[in-house]
Amino acid sequence: MATGLQATSPLSESSTLALGEINKYDFRTDSPAVFKASKGLSAEIVSQISEMKKEPAWMRDFRLKSLDIFNAKPMPHWGGDIAIDFQNIYYYLKPADHQGKTWDDVPSEIKKTFERLGIPEAERKYLSGVKAQFESEVVYGSLQEDLVKKGVIFTDTDTAVREYPDLVRDYFATIIPPADNKFAALNSAVWSGGSFIYVPKGVKIEFPLQAYFRINAENMGQFERTLIIVDEGAQVHYVEGCTAPMYSTESLHSAVVEIVVKKHARCRYTTIQNWANNIYNLVTKRAVAREGAVMEWIDGNLGSRLTMKYPSVYMVEPGARGEILSIAFSSAGQHQDAGAKLVHAAPNTSGRIVSKSISKNGGRSSYRGLVRVEPGARKSRSSVVCEALILDDISRSDTYPYIEIEEQDVTIGHEASVSKIGEEQLFYLKSRGLSEAEASTMIVSGFIEPLVKELPMEYAVEMNRLIELQMEGSVG
Amino acid sequence: MEKLVISGLHVAVGGLEILKGVDIEIGRGEIHALMGPNGSGKSTLGYAIMGHPSYEVTAGTIELVDADGTRHNVLEMEADQRARAGIFLAFQRPMSIPGVRLADFLRHAVTNVRNPDRKEGHELLPMREFRSELKAKMSELEMDSDFARRYVNDGFSGGEMKRAEILQLAMLRPRFAVLDETDSGLDADAVRLASQSIAKIGGSDMGVMGILIITHHEQLLEHNIPHRTHVMLGGRIVESGGPELANELHKRGYERIRTAYPEAAADEQAMTAPAHGSLATAT
Ligand SMILES: Nc1ncnc2c1ncn2[C@@H]1O[C@H](COP(=O)(O)OP(=O)(O)OP(=O)(O)O)[C@@H](O)[C@H]1O
Ligand SMILES: [Mg+2]
Repeated sequence: MATGLQATSPLSESSTLALGEINKYDFRTDSPAVFKASKGLSAEIVSQISEMKKEPAWMRDFRLKSLDIFNAKPMPHWGGDIAIDFQNIYYYLKPADHQGKTWDDVPSEIKKTFERLGIPEAERKYLSGVKAQFESEVVYGSLQEDLVKKGVIFTDTDTAVREYPDLVRDYFATIIPPADNKFAALNSAVWSGGSFIYVPKGVKIEFPLQAYFRINAENMGQFERTLIIVDEGAQVHYVEGCTAPMYSTESLHSAVVEIVVKKHARCRYTTIQNWANNIYNLVTKRAVAREGAVMEWIDGNLGSRLTMKYPSVYMVEPGARGEILSIAFSSAGQHQDAGAKLVHAAPNTSGRIVSKSISKNGGRSSYRGLVRVEPGARKSRSSVVCEALILDDISRSDTYPYIEIEEQDVTIGHEASVSKIGEEQLFYLKSRGLSEAEASTMIVSGFIEPLVKELPMEYAVEMNRLIELQMEGSVG
Repeated sequence: MEKLVISGLHVAVGGLEILKGVDIEIGRGEIHALMGPNGSGKSTLGYAIMGHPSYEVTAGTIELVDADGTRHNVLEMEADQRARAGIFLAFQRPMSIPGVRLADFLRHAVTNVRNPDRKEGHELLPMREFRSELKAKMSELEMDSDFARRYVNDGFSGGEMKRAEILQLAMLRPRFAVLDETDSGLDADAVRLASQSIAKIGGSDMGVMGILIITHHEQLLEHNIPHRTHVMLGGRIVESGGPELANELHKRGYERIRTAYPEAAADEQAMTAPAHGSLATAT
C-alpha cells in the first residue's frame, strides 16, 4: 500500500518558514528575580550560592575546592577562542521562590515563556516527565504517577542533594571530577539546577524524560549539573533542549553531565541545542557503561557562539556499547567544536561515532574525537565516520581525529570526508522547480537524514525545522 | 500554437564555444528527434534550454511563445523558473541526492510546478492526493511503489535512474520536454515501455507536450514518430528531415553527414581534439 511517504519530510509540511518564526526563540521574559547574586566570581559568591541552597558542608567544601582548581587551571588549549570576562557574569539567579508542581504554580511570565517554547504541549503529548530550568533554577517539574510508583526519581539536582544524599554522594563528581578541565571545575564551584534521574532495576521508561534549559538574562551564566543513574536492566531516554534570547554581550552555559549505565541497561541522551549566538557553550558530558550496557548520545548543536563539547562513553566492563551521533551546524559568527570520545576499557566492547557537520556563511565546524583502546580490551570494535558539508567558500571545516590503541586484537575503522554542496545537485533540484533555497535546504536535510531518522518523530520534525531556520539566512 | 523557439543559439562552457548557432522550433504537441555523434553538443543544448549556470549563452535567444503569440524570454529565467514555466529536462546522467526521498522531492517539485507562484514554506500538495497520483503513475511505469522511499538516484541502477526521470516527467507534465538519452541504460523491454509511456504522457490527457528526444537509437521513437529529425555536428544542426532521416543515421552512421558538411566536421575535430586550441592560447 505504502507509496513510501514518511511523516518526517525533510522540509516542513506547511508554513513553518513564515517570517517571525526565525525569532521564535529570541524573546525576553520580564520576570523579577527572587534573588540575584552580584556579578563576578569569588569564594564569597560560591559560599553564598551554597548557603542559599542550604547545602550540607561537604557540598560547600566541594564547591570551594573546585573554585581553587578553576583558578589554577589554564584555559583549554584546543577548540575555539574563548573571550569570556569571568567577572562580568552573573553566576546565580533565582527566578522563583519554589518549584512548581503544576504549570499554574510557576510565575506567570515564566510559564508563558515555556508555553511559547511548546513545553507543556509536548509534555501532554509524548513525554513521561519534564523539568524546566529558567536561569539557575528548575522552576517546574513533573513525572508520571506510574513511574513515581515504580521508584523512578526525576528531580532537580539541588533537591536530590537534600532528599537522596547517599545516592548522590555515591556518584556525584566520580565520573567527571572537578579537575577534569577548567569548565568542569567552574561548574563544580557554582553549579545550580540540572536533572537527577534514577531508574530502578528493570524499569523501562517508554516515553522520553525531557529537560528544557532557558537562559533569559543578559551576561548570565547557567551551570546545570545532571546526574543519571540507570540501574541494571533499566532503560531511559532523556532529552534536553536549550534556547536563549539574543544579546550583544556574551553569556555562558557550562554544564556537567554524568551518567552511569549499569549491567544490561540502556540510556539514550538527546540534545538539541539552539542557544543564541552570543552564548559560549562549554559542556562536559561523560557516561560510564558497565557490562552489556548501551549508552547513546545524540548531540545536535545548532546554536551558540562557540560550543566545545565531546560527549564520551567509557566502556568499563565486557560487552558494553557506546554510540555517539553528532550533528553540528555553524553559520556566521559560530564555531562548533564538537565531537566524541570512546574509551574501550574492557574486552568485547563496541562503539560507533557518526559526526555530520554543516558550515555556511562563514561558520566554522570542527570534529574533534578520540577513540582509545586500553590494554586488555581485546576484541573491541569501533568505527568513526565524520562527514562535513560546506555550503560556500567563506566557511570552514576541520577534523581532528585521535586514535590511541594499546591492544592488538581490535577492529577500528575511520572515515572522513568533506564536501561542498554540489552545483550539479542544486541544478538538478532547481530544474524540477525547487528554488535555490529549497534545493540547498533539501540537500542539507538529506545530508543529516541518516542521523535525524534515529530520533523519535517529534524531535526529528523539530530538528528538520531548526535546520530550515538555520538555512533561511543562507540564500537571497 | 504554443512554441519553444531557439534561434541563433551560441553556448560556451568555461570560455570554450560548444554550440555555434542552433535554430529549432518545437510546437507543443510535436516530437523532434535530435541525433548526432558523441560530443556534438546535444546535451549542451539540453542544459542551455534548462538554464545550467555553467553553460553560458553568448548569443541567440530561447523563447516560449504562448498560443496568443506572447513571447517570454527564457534566458532571463533561473532553472527553477523555467521548470515552473513548463520546461523539463530528463538528464542523460541524473544526480543523486543522498538522504532525500524520491517521494518528498517529487512532492515539492510537483507543488512548485503546479503553483508557479508558490513561495518557500507555503502549503505543499495535500499528501493524500499526491500519494495516490504518484502511486498510479508508478504502477503505469511498472515501478515498485517502494521505489518512492529510496533516496533520489542514490545507488539506482542505470535503468532505474532513467525510469525515475520518466516518472518525474509524468508527474510534472511539462509543456516542453528535452529527453536526453532517456533510453540508454534501459533493457529492451524497458525501452519499449518507456517509448509507450512517453507517447502516453506527451500526447494525452493533461494537454500535449512538445518533446525533443535526444537518442542514438530508434526504439524510443517507435511510439513517438518524430515530426522532424535534426542532426547535430560540431555544435550546429546541419540537417533536418522526417522520420526516415533517423532511420538512415541509425543504419549508416554519420559518414555521409561529415562529408556533406565539412565545416561542421572540422569544428567537430577541433572540439574533440585532446588540447582545445582556444584554451591553449587563452593565457
Ligand atoms: N561542463 C563541461 N565542461 C567541459 N566541457 C564540456 C562540458 N559540457 C560539455 N563539454 C564539451 O562539449 C562538447 C559537447 O558535449 P555534449 O555533452 O553536449 O555532447 P553530446 O552531443 O551530448 O554527446 P553524447 O552523445 O556523448 O552524450 C564535448 O566536447 C564536451 O566535452
Ligand atoms: Mg549527451
